[in-house]
This record gives sequence, structure tokens and C-alpha cells, in this order.
Amino acid sequence: MDQFILQILNGLDKGSAYALIALGLTLIFGTLGVVNFAHGALFMLGAFVAVTVSNLLTLSHKVVDETRTDFLGNPLQVDVPYLYDFFGQAAGDTIIDWAVPISILVAIPIMVAIGFAMERGLIKYFYKRPHADQILVTFGLAIVIQEIVKYFYGANPIPTPAPDAFVGSFDFGVVLGFDPNAIIYPYWRLVYFFFSVVVIGAVFAFLQFTTFGMVVRAGMADRETVGILGIDIDKRFTIMFGIAAAVAGLAGVMYAPINSPNYHMGMDFLVLSFVVVVVGGMGSLPGAVAAGFMLGILESFASMSAVIDLLPGINQIIIYLVAIIILLTRPRGLMGRKGVMEE
Amino acid sequence: MSNNNFSRRGVLKTGMVASAGLALPQYLRAQESGFTNAPGASEVILGFNVPQTGPYADEGADELRAYELAVEHLNGEGDGGMLGTFSSQALEGAGILGRRVNYVTGDTQTKSDAARASARSMIEKDGAIMITGGSSSGVAVAVQALCQEAGIIFMAGLTHSNDTTGKDKRANGFRHFFNSYMSGAALAPVLQAAYGSDRKAYHLTADYNWGYTTEEAVRTSTEAMGWETVNTVLTPLTQTDFSSYIAPVLNSGADVLVLNHYGGNMVNSLTNAVQFGLREAQANGKNFEIVVPLYSRLMARGAGSAVAGIFGSTNWHWSLQDAGSQAFVRSFGTKYGFPPSQAAHTCYVQTLLYADAVTRAGSFNPCAVDEALEDFEFDGLGNGPTLYRGEDHQCFKDVLVVKGKENPENEFDLLEIVEITPVAQVTYPADHPQFAGGALGTCNPGA
Repeated sequence: MDQFILQILNGLDKGSAYALIALGLTLIFGTLGVVNFAHGALFMLGAFVAVTVSNLLTLSHKVVDETRTDFLGNPLQVDVPYLYDFFGQAAGDTIIDWAVPISILVAIPIMVAIGFAMERGLIKYFYKRPHADQILVTFGLAIVIQEIVKYFYGANPIPTPAPDAFVGSFDFGVVLGFDPNAIIYPYWRLVYFFFSVVVIGAVFAFLQFTTFGMVVRAGMADRETVGILGIDIDKRFTIMFGIAAAVAGLAGVMYAPINSPNYHMGMDFLVLSFVVVVVGGMGSLPGAVAAGFMLGILESFASMSAVIDLLPGINQIIIYLVAIIILLTRPRGLMGRKGVMEE
Repeated sequence: MSNNNFSRRGVLKTGMVASAGLALPQYLRAQESGFTNAPGASEVILGFNVPQTGPYADEGADELRAYELAVEHLNGEGDGGMLGTFSSQALEGAGILGRRVNYVTGDTQTKSDAARASARSMIEKDGAIMITGGSSSGVAVAVQALCQEAGIIFMAGLTHSNDTTGKDKRANGFRHFFNSYMSGAALAPVLQAAYGSDRKAYHLTADYNWGYTTEEAVRTSTEAMGWETVNTVLTPLTQTDFSSYIAPVLNSGADVLVLNHYGGNMVNSLTNAVQFGLREAQANGKNFEIVVPLYSRLMARGAGSAVAGIFGSTNWHWSLQDAGSQAFVRSFGTKYGFPPSQAAHTCYVQTLLYADAVTRAGSFNPCAVDEALEDFEFDGLGNGPTLYRGEDHQCFKDVLVVKGKENPENEFDLLEIVEITPVAQVTYPADHPQFAGGALGTCNPGA
């Protein structure tokens, strides 16, 4: 039972990342009709916003420490962050420690701006082109973004820790009446799950309860009629692209302490997220979220050694296997609507 | 209507004649010398095949820095580095056999097919006489086989799988780097001393060749000293989040987690294991422990503070105090501003060893080089007295057992040497079961 609960927790955590990325993908597809293969790169850029903020907060000047030597035997040059000079060491350390949460505030405008630039600068020219062209150009864009990030940050992962307050794990076992250590789960992963629930809730609330959201939903349902009513739906869809970029970016920022960011991390999530979108149903926001969590949980269970012993290799194919079964039984995905991507 | 004078047949004819013309001098030289890519009188070209793109690009960049430094030293530039400490004093900083050393580079991308293509290009188009480099066993095995077919010497870079000098060994291939067996043999006694003989280990193993040989080596060595292996789980090479593999470990009855992972896999699995509180946990009435059989400083940097207190093994470390290591660190550090990695060290040493073998043999012929390297004993290159064993072309030398530092002073000061395991403890017979299969064969001079 404890293992069951543990894998459910794991699945919800994995599913959080899938759901957030798939939500953004679906928003873009549902509004602009664009299959955006650069969406994983936006997730990666979000993580690198956290890296950059962390680097900026630790910007330092050198102070020579005559009592120590470096690896060449020269007097050691110690890095002293400017924050120490401005706020003192204790306050400086606290600010540096909270680099990732601070990055959330920085990431929102940056990612919205990147989304705007991407949509206005490149993707809008491909609206009327076949999906294959859109896939090629966005995939190419993703590779370019990757290589730019690698040029500036290198190929190795860069550790970006969570604040000390969230280091360690919570012992659910004790709370639920199991033995100590039976169900322990890292604090930051719990934070990630709740954060994703809040972001997903905020996106749905924005679309459901605001006039802007109502117009966007109307545009998603019938773009032409909304246009005839004199509403500039393209402008709103561009804003939605920015919001989708921000959602992916926030997912990336918060993911940075879970796995050290590297330039390739977007690609690692991209294919899975597309499977999530297809399984959930093209253009269906609730479908993307539901499929994200469902596939995350299934992937976690498939990684259990008892399951692998029974079905060797199942951990590597489970998501694709489930996708095949669902598409065979429900060709439009779990919550897909008739007419979407079927012309 | 087109008015150009080209015809398909004309272009083909011209292309064939031009190709034949370009290839002729090389062919004639090969026929004359009896081996592939015999160098001219003034210059010899070495081929450095390293990952310049892909996940190991930083390791590849460090390898390339080391190669450039080796070329400088061979040509008599810079401070000479290890030329002054190398026990064989055949190299004088005047190139190799009087020829100035030049080099070409290829990008392995850490993909076997790409690595073979770049090595082939350097051999066929650039005339490289020797290929060296790489950061993966899959690449090493693939390029080694290519070099055997082409009649070129391959001096492997970072490759740790037993198979490189085991079932996939080749007469034209040589490995200075240590291997999985040596990691297991060096680590086991240190682990026994630190954690006792009554331990239960859980292995997470990357699902590819290197993972299998490392798991087998560590499992065999630790079981021999009394540890029990409670479970071994293969993890996909593409896995990024290991939480679902790590979460069940604490309740498996194990009290040690062995992460047979390298590169990004190691960074992520170790980070995840620490996040799940395994370092603070208790199991079977003991502190739970984590072991990383193969450490790399570049990778350890990616894992950050997660490496603190965790044992592993490494081929070389910049903090070694012997004269050779100090000379190399001084040269590298002065030129680039930071200490070299173990990948840089093995690549630098391999280049010097090749140049020295050519010089002692008095010929670039791969078979002469082969003979000069086989059973060659040397010292002064950073690992103590070393033997290049003739039976399998594996170097035998001391192995370092290291531990992640609790309070590193900077981004390079991540590992501390716990023990220098003497070579006798990591030496094995050439027909050891972990290296079974395959045959060295005979050297191929090509041409």
C-alpha cells in the first residue's frame, strides 16, 4: 500500500510537468492552430531564467586571500558577491538562497516577451502553411534556441538548488499510520505539484471568468464568426501565445531544483508532452491536463521493479502503449472534439 | 533554356579524374611505406575525435584543450608539461620523428555512427595517422573497430566499459583509462572499511553496455566481501527524472544504493536520491549510503552539493602531488585558468604515449607502434608506475578512490582522494570472465 501511495505521488509530480507543458501546447494549438515543437525549448528557457537569476544574484568581485593558495600555488582569489556589499552577508545569503522563487517573478515578463517575439517574428508567417511546415520550422527554432543556450551556459547540467527551507523530505508514512520512512517525499516536489495546480487553475479561471477569456474561447470555437463581430482575435491569440510561453517557462523555473538544468531538457519533455496532448485530445485543455497526470502516474507504476520483472521493458514503452490503446479506442483522444485537426 | 556547357557525363568524368588525382599521392605514399597515411617529411597529422556537440560537449572541450596542449609540448612550445617527467626521455619537443605535429578535429556527438563518420573523414580526407579521443565506451568500441579496419592506431579517450579492452579489444586500439573491473576492485575494500561487510545493495543501472559491465564489476567485488545484492534495476538511458526508480529503494530492504550511471544520468539520479532523503535515512539499523562507481569532476559539478560524502572512483585527479600531475596541472592551469579533468589527463597522456612509441620504434607504421606500446612500462605521467599490457592493450596503474567534498572551496574542488589503490589490487588476468570473448587479433598497418 505504501508503495502504491508513493508511486501515485510520483506520478502526480511527473504529471505536473507534463500537464503544464501540454497545457501550453494545447493553448497554442487551440488558438492559433500551430503545432509548436519549440514549446519544450520554452520550458528549458524558463529553467535557464532561474539559472541566470541565480548567476546574477551571485555576481561577485575578487578579493585576494593571502592566507590561502589556488591550485597553481598563487594567492587565492575569493569571490565575494556584490549582494554582501549591499546587504551584508546574512541578508545576501538569504536572497541568493531564494533565487528560484525570485526567478518566478522575473520569468513571467521575460517568457511573455519571448512568446510575443517568437509568434510575431516567426510563427505568424506559418499560420496558413501545412502542419508539416509548422513542425519543421518550430523544431528548427528549438534546435537554434538549444544551441544558443549551450553556447552561453555549456553542455553540463547546472545545479540550481531550492531554498534551504524546502530541502529534505516529508514523511507521509508517519502521518498516514505507516512505518517511518515508508512514504517520504521531497518538499520541493510537493511544492512543484501544488504550484502546477495553482497555475493550471489560474489559466482555466482566466479563460472561464474573464471577458478576454470568453472571447478567446469563442475564437477557439469559431474564429471566423468572432472576426465578423469586429473583434481582433489575432491580437488576443498572440497574447495567448505569450501566456502559453509563460506557463511553460514557469514550469521550467520550478523544475530547475528537481533536475539541474541543461540545454537539452526541453527536448526530453517535448515528445512526451505531444503524446500527452494527443492522448488528451487535440485542442482540449482539460484533456491535456488529465492526460498529463494520467500518463505521469502510469509511467511511475511502470518503473516499479515488480512491474519491470513481470513485463521487462514496460517502463520504456508504457506511455506510447497507452497512447496507442487510447487512440485505437478513442481516435480523438480522451476529450477531443470532433472537427479539430480533422480537415 | 540552359546555356551552360556542363553535361552529366562531363561532370562525372571530371570528378573522377580529380578524385583519382587527389588520392594518388596518398596511395603511392601508402604503397611505398606499407601503411596507411604515412606522413610526409615535414608534418604529421593526428586526429582528435571528441564530442563537440551533444551532452558530453564540455568533456569534449576539455579533451580538446589537453590535445592542443600536448601538440604544443610535442612541438617544443610552452613549458613542456609532462615531457620533463615522463620516464621515457625519447621525446625532445621537436615534433615526432622530426615532423611538426598538426591536428584535425572531429565531432563524435557521442554517437557511434557520427564518431565513425568523423574518424573516417579524418583518416581518408585529412590523412590522420592516429585517431584519439571520445567520452563514451560505445563510441570507443565503434571507432576502435574502424581504426582496426583502416590500419590506423586508436588511442582511446574516456572509456570505462570492460568491453573496450575485453570482448571488443583490437590490436590497433589502446586504452590508458581505467575500467569497470578496476573501479569495483578499488572501491570494494574502501566501502567495506567505511560501511562494514553486512550491507544490502540496490543497483540502479543505465541500460547500455557500460552500465552492465560496471554493475557486474561492483556487484562481484562487493559480494565477495560479504555484501548482498537485493535488487538490480535497469533505467533507460534517456531517463531524466529518476524519482519513480528511487522512491521504492528505501523500502526494498537495501541500505546502500549503487548508481551505475554516468553523465547526465548520474547528475539526475544522484540529485533525486539526495532529494528523497536517502543520505539522512536509516535502513536495517544503519545509515543509508549511496555509491557512484565512476566519478567525473565535470559531472560532479552538475550534481552540486549532492556529491558530498559519496564514494566513487576516478582515473586521475588534479590534486595529485606527483611530479607528472603537478607539471600537467601547471601547464594546463596556466594556459586555461582552471585545473584539468580526468578526461583531459588521459587524452594528453595518450598523445604523449603515441608520440613516444613512434619515436622509440623509429616508425609511424602501426605495427611498429603496436610493438613499442605492448608491455611498455613507464612512469611520470600522473598515475605512478604503469604497464601497457600486451595481451589486451589495457594500462595497469593505481586507481583513485574519491569522495565528494563536504565543504568545497570552489567549483573545481569537489572531490577528495580517499585512497590511491595500488595497481596490484586492480590487476586481473587477461582471460578474466568479465573480459571474456573477442580476440585482440593482429595489428593492421592498412595500405
